[in-house]
Amino acid sequence: MSTHPSPTDITTYGGANLPDTFTDPGHGPHRLRRTDTDPAANKRAERQVVLLFAVSIIGTVLFLVAYVLVPPGDTAASMRTSNLLLGLGLFLGMFGIGAAAVHWAKTLMNDHERTDERHSLTPSEETRQGAVQALQEGLADANVARRGVLKGAMFSALALAPLSVAVPLIGEVGEDWDITKFKHTIWKKGVRLASDPSGRPIRAAEVTLGSAFHVIPANLEDEEHPLDEKAKAIVLMVRMDPRDLKEAEDRRGWSYEGIVAYSKVCTHVGCPVALYEQQTHHLLCPCHQSTFDLADGAKVVFGPANRPLPQLPITVDDEGYLVAQSDFHEPIGPSFWERLT
Amino acid sequence: MKALAARRHHRSAPVVLLLLALLVTGGLYAALAPTPAGAAEASESDIQTGSDLFKANCATCHGMSAEGTQDAPSLIGVGAASVDFQVGTGRMPMENNGPQALAKPPQFTDEQVAQLAAYVASLGPGPAIPTAEQIDPEQGDEANGMQIFRTNCAMCHNAVGAGGALSEGKFAPSLWDSSPKVIYEAMVTGPQAMPVFNDANLTPDEKRDVISYIVAQRVGSPGGAELGALGPVTEGLWAWVIGIGLLIACSVWIGAKSS
Repeated sequence: MSTHPSPTDITTYGGANLPDTFTDPGHGPHRLRRTDTDPAANKRAERQVVLLFAVSIIGTVLFLVAYVLVPPGDTAASMRTSNLLLGLGLFLGMFGIGAAAVHWAKTLMNDHERTDERHSLTPSEETRQGAVQALQEGLADANVARRGVLKGAMFSALALAPLSVAVPLIGEVGEDWDITKFKHTIWKKGVRLASDPSGRPIRAAEVTLGSAFHVIPANLEDEEHPLDEKAKAIVLMVRMDPRDLKEAEDRRGWSYEGIVAYSKVCTHVGCPVALYEQQTHHLLCPCHQSTFDLADGAKVVFGPANRPLPQLPITVDDEGYLVAQSDFHEPIGPSFWERLT
Repeated sequence: MKALAARRHHRSAPVVLLLLALLVTGGLYAALAPTPAGAAEASESDIQTGSDLFKANCATCHGMSAEGTQDAPSLIGVGAASVDFQVGTGRMPMENNGPQALAKPPQFTDEQVAQLAAYVASLGPGPAIPTAEQIDPEQGDEANGMQIFRTNCAMCHNAVGAGGALSEGKFAPSLWDSSPKVIYEAMVTGPQAMPVFNDANLTPDEKRDVISYIVAQRVGSPGGAELGALGPVTEGLWAWVIGIGLLIACSVWIGAKSS
């Protein structure tokens, strides 16, 4: 048993004398502004407001003069001058008016202080009961409870009406619901690999060690929507020393003498992933820094992507041009709901 | 004619004919073949001086005959363009080991760079230093250059060539201060992390178009201050700090009671 008070004991002083609520101290004494007491300050403030309006006038004149006398012209420098003068004129013209108005209101207009009392949000008991009564009377008048068919028809109509908004809204999302187009590209057996954007077919011999080629299918222009197809079919092709290349057993025939071709659409959210570092064979996505190792099946070595880039199996045709062996063996790009793997 | 017809069956006739054919082909080739650019200017003494410079300054890492070592690649066949790029921009000799060799004031005079380039070019065929016509921005097509740049270069070097970050401390440098010659040499040799863009990938004309596009970016943006042309980072910083800061200052001024 100790006589020391426990450290959690709280000592209060004069607790009994504290009031239940504090009274509203009200407004402090009204403080006059310098412009109210000093005529010189008042004059000075007036001159400042005039000056701000003058700034606005000068700005507008500057804008008009620049508009007439300084045309944008054809060079970047002349456009920059024109933009600068027009912008500066507009800014001064508008800001001058605003600043003058605020300054005028703050210094010269009267500064009576007035109080708007906030009233209670709850209406009176009378009003509330009146509203409930009106609703009940309406309900009784409509006699809904005894007209079953009418009730059913009304609820059906109310339930169906939003469909006229909902169906087109959902239907327009993604334009169409055919998801098979996500699962294939226009690459197929024998399609030549061509250079983007020139469309020149590429020979295997032209892809020298350390090269990076941005590739489109040579048959792209035959398509009805070339840009849509290009967005899916873009490929990055590089050549490295075949000794650096690690290939899975089932993909051994997919490269050609150290030339590998991978989809350029990131498996994370679909950015074009094309920052190729030829010494490390790493391919970096500029959006979220996913990094793929092209020497090792484009496996993810860093970043948020969780699948390797799909590889395009390639070979050469009789004339030495690089051609696809087939389409990609899996859907390119980021995941979508119906993608199973 | 009779004598010629008789000798046609001579035992050594095929050998004589073959020799004649070789002589004619060789002579024609020597007369008509295009001379590789830059090769003609390098004299024997340049190569010798270059060799001495190489042994004194580069051989420690690249090997006595530029055959390469554990620390540095072989330079046989990299061509004069590679030497002119790496040594001419001060990237080589490397100051210290790091993620990538940085550009710095060049250690050698232009003449010494040319001698080193002549020596390395003599070791094996490789890309030559471009001619003045190949890199003249006036002769290129900026619009076509933009398309090529957008596809092949912009992802690393930024849409207007302001440069950008790569992985693990490496970066693609800004191209605004690079001379057209250096840009051409970089494309054709693929220095460090940069891939090679050989003449089949981007033809010499297309390379010149790219140079035109890059040079055209240097006059600045018609919109005004570019803030480094780095996109959302600097522009966002400007908008959030300066722009919103000014708005807050205005609100405080409007709300404050006048003295």
